[in-house]
Amino acid sequence: MIEVRGLTKRYGDRVAVRDLTFTVRPGSVTGFLGPNGAGKSTTMRMIAGLDAPTAGTVSINGAHYRGARAPMAELGILLEAKAVHTSRSAFNHLLALAQTNGVPRRRVDEVIDLVGLREVAKKRVGGFSLGMGQRLGVASALLGDPQTVVLDEPVNGLDPEGILWVRNLLKGLAAEGRTVFVSSHLMSEMALTADHLIVVGRGRLMADTTVADFVAQASGTVVLVRSPHATELRDLLVGPDVTVTSAAAGQLEVHGLSAEQIGDVAWEHRLRIHELATQRASLEEAFMEMTRDAVEYHAHTATETEAETLRRPVTSGDPR
Amino acid sequence: MTTTMTGPSTVVPRFPGMRVTQGRVIQSEWTKFRSLRSTRITLLVSVILTIGIAALFTAVTANRWSHLSADDRASFNPVVASLNGVRISQLAVGVLGVLLISGEYATGMIRASMTVVPRRLPVLWGKFAVFIGVVGVASLVSTFVAFFLGQSLLSSKHLNVAISSPGALRMVIGAGVYLLLVGITGMALGGLLRNTAAGISTLVGLYFVIPPITELLPSSWSNDISPYLPSNAGEAFWGRPDIHHLSPWAGLAVLCAWTAVAVVLAAVRLVRADA
Repeated sequence: MIEVRGLTKRYGDRVAVRDLTFTVRPGSVTGFLGPNGAGKSTTMRMIAGLDAPTAGTVSINGAHYRGARAPMAELGILLEAKAVHTSRSAFNHLLALAQTNGVPRRRVDEVIDLVGLREVAKKRVGGFSLGMGQRLGVASALLGDPQTVVLDEPVNGLDPEGILWVRNLLKGLAAEGRTVFVSSHLMSEMALTADHLIVVGRGRLMADTTVADFVAQASGTVVLVRSPHATELRDLLVGPDVTVTSAAAGQLEVHGLSAEQIGDVAWEHRLRIHELATQRASLEEAFMEMTRDAVEYHAHTATETEAETLRRPVTSGDPR
Repeated sequence: MTTTMTGPSTVVPRFPGMRVTQGRVIQSEWTKFRSLRSTRITLLVSVILTIGIAALFTAVTANRWSHLSADDRASFNPVVASLNGVRISQLAVGVLGVLLISGEYATGMIRASMTVVPRRLPVLWGKFAVFIGVVGVASLVSTFVAFFLGQSLLSSKHLNVAISSPGALRMVIGAGVYLLLVGITGMALGGLLRNTAAGISTLVGLYFVIPPITELLPSSWSNDISPYLPSNAGEAFWGRPDIHHLSPWAGLAVLCAWTAVAVVLAAVRLVRADA
């Protein structure tokens, strides 16, 4: 369990994380989603006790992490692949970490096999590919068999096979009753891995919800209608909670009504319909729409120094 | 803020007896120390310099003794002659100290180190303990070897002295301790500045650049400042008695004070600042 309460981090004038409150519960994979620069890594660094919050608190498994007797049993964290001395071998890196907490040497071999680095375990980490570095990072996070696992962008640099491996690993850890908190800037990845979502934009909490609810909330479904009677149909459909737009002649996009409802209206008025298709907004669109709104909202209310940093365009790094 | 923050964790570690102890952190730091080739090489270089320069210096002096001026002969001190390598090897030991800590910042390893030991200070003490153990022994062994090798090379001209001669033992041990303290200062600077280049240049400035600059000051000033500089205070302890120097034990105390200040600053920065 990770409990984040009123967490704020300022670097000089820049506010990286602003009054963030959420709880990450055991037994499921919680995704931490936000565009690059949204404050995900800063939040994770504060969870790991590396950065001190300007305000607010973090607790791991109900206690302060700094006071933990066996920190590696409480929290395993992958911050970035580059938290390794490049001149040391993977084995010695893991051994040195394990020794601090009294993790037995056989566990070092166990995690090396688990992440598939057996053949390169005695090689210098400096020669590792990005993917191998990520696997080593995952190995160090799992070394102490921790109750809570935090991984910052674990699939970065992994090939499709590696991505699938991480996905299954995370689900397995959650199924064992662990707390699993994993960040990504890719909504599509989160949709496949996470059960729950914490969405941040510009350091603020945008959503704390399930994946399914998030999509429904962020952007309702759209029904595409093609009809030779488009104009008449639009007049019949428009209502208080219904908006109808038209991208081309004979074509309507209806928000707020289901395909069944639209079909029934058309049937009652004997209007011909050539196409009636429900289009569910993609997760990526829902996510981008939500974070874009957040930026616009903040840009109007922000103070002048903040506004400058806020006006940078928000894009997800890899629009699929 | 909620009240759920309090209380100890109920997590039961899978591995029995799992917890952080200072002894375990020292063990971990020893693994880190021995598993870096650059560390081993730098340490070897410092030992070779301490011994090699002593051999060279004493051999040349013995060889050219008959050509030396009366002044040079009068000021010749056989113990100092065999310990002169320390003036150069201190740079290698200091750089080793800086690298041991700044290297963790440069590579990002420090984040892993601080995450598994969130109280942080045990990591710093662990590094110092390993350094004192390894570099302390290596420095003392090398100053003793330098002394005996130097004396044997001087014996051809009967210039040699015994380790039992007045002050000799103190100077030989003192030179080893001096090297160790320079290294510890290097570590502290590495931790304080978190940057290899900055750490090494500050150390070089403190030990190699500032001393000759103070000699350029009016002598009334330089006589007040110069003895208290770490290199001169150290030389008072391991070098020959000199009217411009402090007494040996005062010199050691001043050098220890410099080192202690650097260590305390590094510890404060480690605990207070974001890792």
